[in-house]
Amino acid sequence: MDKMVDARGLLCPEPVLLTKRVIDKLTDGTVKVIVDNNAAKENVTRLSENLGWTVSISPEGKDYVLTITK
Amino acid sequence: MKNKKVLVAVTGGVLGILAILLVKMGNPANMGYCIACFLRDISGGLGFHRAEIVQYMRPEIFGLISGAFLAAFLSKEHKSVGGSSPFIRFTLAFAGMIGMLVFLGCPVRAVLRLAGGDWNAGVGILGLIAGVVIGIQFLNKGFSLGRASGMQSVNGYIFPVMAVAILVLLVFGTSFFFSSKSGPGSMHAPVIISSAAGIAVGALAQRSRFCMIGGIRDFILFRDTHLLIGFIALLVIAFLGNLTVGAFKPGFAGQPIAHTDGIWNFLGMLLAGASATMLGGCPLRQLIAASEGNTDCVITIVGFIAGAAFAHNFGLAASAKGVSFAGQTATLVGILIVFTIGFLGTYRQTSYSGGTSYGQNG
Repeated sequence: MDKMVDARGLLCPEPVLLTKRVIDKLTDGTVKVIVDNNAAKENVTRLSENLGWTVSISPEGKDYVLTITK
Repeated sequence: MKNKKVLVAVTGGVLGILAILLVKMGNPANMGYCIACFLRDISGGLGFHRAEIVQYMRPEIFGLISGAFLAAFLSKEHKSVGGSSPFIRFTLAFAGMIGMLVFLGCPVRAVLRLAGGDWNAGVGILGLIAGVVIGIQFLNKGFSLGRASGMQSVNGYIFPVMAVAILVLLVFGTSFFFSSKSGPGSMHAPVIISSAAGIAVGALAQRSRFCMIGGIRDFILFRDTHLLIGFIALLVIAFLGNLTVGAFKPGFAGQPIAHTDGIWNFLGMLLAGASATMLGGCPLRQLIAASEGNTDCVITIVGFIAGAAFAHNFGLAASAKGVSFAGQTATLVGILIVFTIGFLGTYRQTSYSGGTSYGQNG
């Protein structure tokens, strides 16, 4: 089952910290992160890509779902 | 993402150039921009404190808010949210402001002071970094101000629309507010220049998410240099600007609107750094987020203004002579309060573990 991070309503750096806590424990797999603002979307994407994960972003209503895979 | 990084650097660079220009046009030395000092002046301009030398409705601040509001509105990023520990934010901001006024500057002015050769600011920046490191310990242990939720949209418009209205009044030369006849509050660039400089930086900072605290924080936390680039661009450009206009005067003693008391420069900024890290960003970033409709950040700004008023009403703010006993006491009490909030607010979020569904938004 994919790991899920719900970072809605949180301001940075919290969305990034929550994501990092999850992906630091994994060597590969898929993590879905849900955010509700552009800054969080950009920051989570940047962190994940810096750590060698690929990110795809899909809007879902007013939120964004980031699918992070390695 | 690369473009964003360039934008962060451009924001820092433009901030640096405009800061030098604003000082040339009349702002106090090494104070082209200082969010803490300007909010303090506004606190005085509104009559919330009695320090007659620091009362002025700084158009830079109202311009920053207007520029950021416009940029957020046009990019559809304006969103009314709130409800994430507003009173903790007020308290952290109140305490952080006292720390900044003991040092005599926010993180932006700390860098501008350093760029002008004021080595006391170097001590302050070391304190700031120490404060960020402490704030990060709380964040790593799970400190959280909790989630904000969406609000009725009018909530997010009140603050920026009021700022636009005040900016218009200032541009048309209102004499309604208090305005210093002497001292730092009486030193200012022409209103139209200050307003334009504010709008430009506000718009850029909104687009780039520029943040002084974020620069230090993200580098320590993630080895991410994205925001740090802005911090460095500000330092380098302001330094080169000061060299160009002959305003670079290296030394500890006799620096403009500064004191040489190293311990209190360090501890004041430690207090500011820890509180800003727990608040999620520097005072400039708080202003931008408040303009984007974040009402929690509006409360943070109100906390800054209240803290500034308190600091000046009771002689806590430093002067060129140094830091009063009351100011020293307030710094230590502030550190105690911020650390206590950090310890007590440290609890684990439950929503990041595997299998949490979207429906469980706490």
